[in-house]
Amino acid sequence: MSSACLERCGLMTALGLFSLTLQAANVPPLRVCADPDNLPYSHADGSGFENRIAELLARQLGRPLQYFWLPQRRGFVGKTLGAGECDLLMGVPADLERVLTTRPYYRSAYVFVTKATDDAPLRSFDDPRLATLRVGVQLVGNDLAATPPGHALVRHGAVQRVTGYTVFGDGPAAQRMLRSLAEGELDAAVVWGPQAGYFAQRMGQPMSVQLAPRPADTPEPFEYAIAMGVTCANTALRDALNEAMAQRRDDIDRILRDYAVPRTDLAAQGTEARP
Amino acid sequence: MRRRCTHVTSRLLLIFGMAASVSAQTVDGNWTMAAHDPASTRYSPLEQISPANAGRLSLAFSFTTGVTHGHEAAPIVAGDTLYLMTPFPNVVYALDLTRPGAPVKWKFEPHPNPGSQGAACCDVVNRGAVYADGKVVFATLDNQVIAVDANTGNELWRTRLGDIDRGETITMAPLVVKDKVLVGNSGGELGVRGWLTALDLRSGHTAWRAYSTGPDKDVLIGPGFRPHYAGDRGADLGVKTWPPEAWKIGGGNVWGWISYDAELDLIYYGTGNPGPWNPEQRPGDNKWTSGIFARRPDTGEAIWFYQWSPHDLHDYDGVNENVLLDLPLGGATRKVLLHPDRNGYLYVLDRASGEVLSADPFAYITTTEGVDLASGHLKYNAKKEPRSGEVVRDICPASPGAKDWQPSAWSPRTRLLYLPHQNLCQDASTYETSYIAGTPYVGADVKMKPGPGGHRGEFSAWDPLARQKRWSIREDFPVWSGALATAGDVVFYGTMDGWFKAVDARSGALLWKYKTASGIVGQPVSYRGPDGKQYVAVLAGVGGWAGSIVAGGLDARDATASLGMVNAMKDLPKASPPGGMLYVFSLP
Repeated sequence: MSSACLERCGLMTALGLFSLTLQAANVPPLRVCADPDNLPYSHADGSGFENRIAELLARQLGRPLQYFWLPQRRGFVGKTLGAGECDLLMGVPADLERVLTTRPYYRSAYVFVTKATDDAPLRSFDDPRLATLRVGVQLVGNDLAATPPGHALVRHGAVQRVTGYTVFGDGPAAQRMLRSLAEGELDAAVVWGPQAGYFAQRMGQPMSVQLAPRPADTPEPFEYAIAMGVTCANTALRDALNEAMAQRRDDIDRILRDYAVPRTDLAAQGTEARP
Repeated sequence: MRRRCTHVTSRLLLIFGMAASVSAQTVDGNWTMAAHDPASTRYSPLEQISPANAGRLSLAFSFTTGVTHGHEAAPIVAGDTLYLMTPFPNVVYALDLTRPGAPVKWKFEPHPNPGSQGAACCDVVNRGAVYADGKVVFATLDNQVIAVDANTGNELWRTRLGDIDRGETITMAPLVVKDKVLVGNSGGELGVRGWLTALDLRSGHTAWRAYSTGPDKDVLIGPGFRPHYAGDRGADLGVKTWPPEAWKIGGGNVWGWISYDAELDLIYYGTGNPGPWNPEQRPGDNKWTSGIFARRPDTGEAIWFYQWSPHDLHDYDGVNENVLLDLPLGGATRKVLLHPDRNGYLYVLDRASGEVLSADPFAYITTTEGVDLASGHLKYNAKKEPRSGEVVRDICPASPGAKDWQPSAWSPRTRLLYLPHQNLCQDASTYETSYIAGTPYVGADVKMKPGPGGHRGEFSAWDPLARQKRWSIREDFPVWSGALATAGDVVFYGTMDGWFKAVDARSGALLWKYKTASGIVGQPVSYRGPDGKQYVAVLAGVGGWAGSIVAGGLDARDATASLGMVNAMKDLPKASPPGGMLYVFSLP
């Protein structure tokens, strides 16, 4: 992965070296690129869990924290890290090829969300009710690519009553989906874990959040390890972040717990989360 | 007043395809709309430039726009003034053709919202303005339609039609039909629901809007709707051919060309591809996407529809030009339209009824196996259908199609349609993790590559009566410029590596070429200057989807950037730098 990274990001080398020189001269700020309105991750008012973790790590590194705000849409990596606007993205999939990633600091998965008042919550794509339920899924990317559960739904016959939620709209797609669920316009939603955990607590009624196991006939991964991303040349910052994360592991876990992030790495936390 | 009259005359002559022998004294030397005339022929009746003298063409004047995105617009000429429009920030210039060097008469800056640049899928292009009734009318990337006084450049009205926060943009050149300005939206890649809107030319007020998906009342389908094929009949097909709610993000954007037949009083335009998310998730024909509507210009009422690519799987927008001709077919003169589609077929339709008379491949095709003329259905090849998690190789044509937006030209003298097009295939192969709005997913890794022969572009002369190519010129890069045909039997086009070429309309023999500073993706036009001479004008400035590797500064090592196009265009940055320049040529 790091060789792919070097190949893709060779252009950034000069830039990375430049910022290293600056670091040596005095204590430069830790510059984080983040979406100004994308809870539970980040918000311009600092209320996201990535904001909290960024503050924690900046303190640990003894560097002041500085943000470059940009909505996380198409071209986000190129317009942020790639354009030299910052040193760090707080949350990227650990196998993202365009950046150099730290060790993952949590692992989550797509989840089924239903109202807690339902008799039996959804737990599997083999559940025959899926074909008749009104289900919401997230659509993202260049071509409104379906998220992995979108592909799984099709393969399990859930087509006719599935609604796609795009990144465009009033608030995050996950929030709009769970609001539809609360208001009875959907029967179930398949949502990325961190967003599901956060918004399920804020709908004014109990919701059931269950891990959605990847069905055998769907090749796309349902579980992703999330790491921080730096420019390809910036191994020094990556190493410093890895060390700071290890030292503040308990604090990071506490923050993730405060935001109800569903974790799939907790059982073997000491090893899995710090491979 | 005199100009209006001659303009109408030439329009009728062109619609009937018989403009050949009109003398230079009576023909209109203007070029007031991107396609020259409502029949979309892009045929100039001017004949000073001929195969005998084209080799002596030289630069008359040039003008730098100061913008470096893809310049796809057609310059517009009305009377003694040339109007040109840049890509974002959509500046309009009026150049005074009566004075040496054509100095700027006025400049209009609409100041579109910079945020609209992020919503445009494939470079921040604009395809031009239109002149009508003393006004210059154009659309901005951030969904405004603006009319300015053609003499002064003073703003007369502006109307906002869409919302960039939903991914909506406008890139097309409006068309004026009677007292209406017609314009549609872009944004299918972002799930924007397509529409065509008619504005009152005098006030800018919206007269009607026809959506491409949804219930009949939104699509303006009423009792007058009589499509030729049974599959297009029935109530609310724009809802029923989709899973519930999916039509709301169903695409079908109207970002290409509109034609108008005054005698039948019908406008014709194509609709874009269906809302692109996972085709498996939108079973059904996904009407009314990737097809063509005939409508009444006064009310927007739909008269007929035909779907080029039902349930499109390959991003084959149906928005390419429809050239209105009267052709002798089967012993009678028939009112037809010619449409070279992204799916690779050259369609001939009866434009009164929407019946497909013929559909022949003009490019290499693996995704389909012909059009069934009885049902009108495109016959898909199941082996080339994209399937999540699988590798599908040699999907031809690639997503930009056998031919994209770049418009063809028709000569009534040679009875040939001159087609700028590409020769690209694609592999939908490996998958890569992506992350948007905090949501992980795996993106399809689409890589485009040259088709059979190894060349990426072609400029072909198509004979619609013989239903075959007469000649074809291979070009290294996709031919992403428009075509221009002239009564002098000289045809013009430009290449992405920056050659503006004149070829013999009958043989395709190269007569002349000129190297421009940047590659050409614009639309050449021809006009008669105040001095009575014939001029040929074209904007250079590489960009657009195919050229975004230059205009957007994309990394050539990221093969999947710009929806997979970069892989096929890695060598373009070496062949052409970005730039924006108007070039105008004439005989000495």
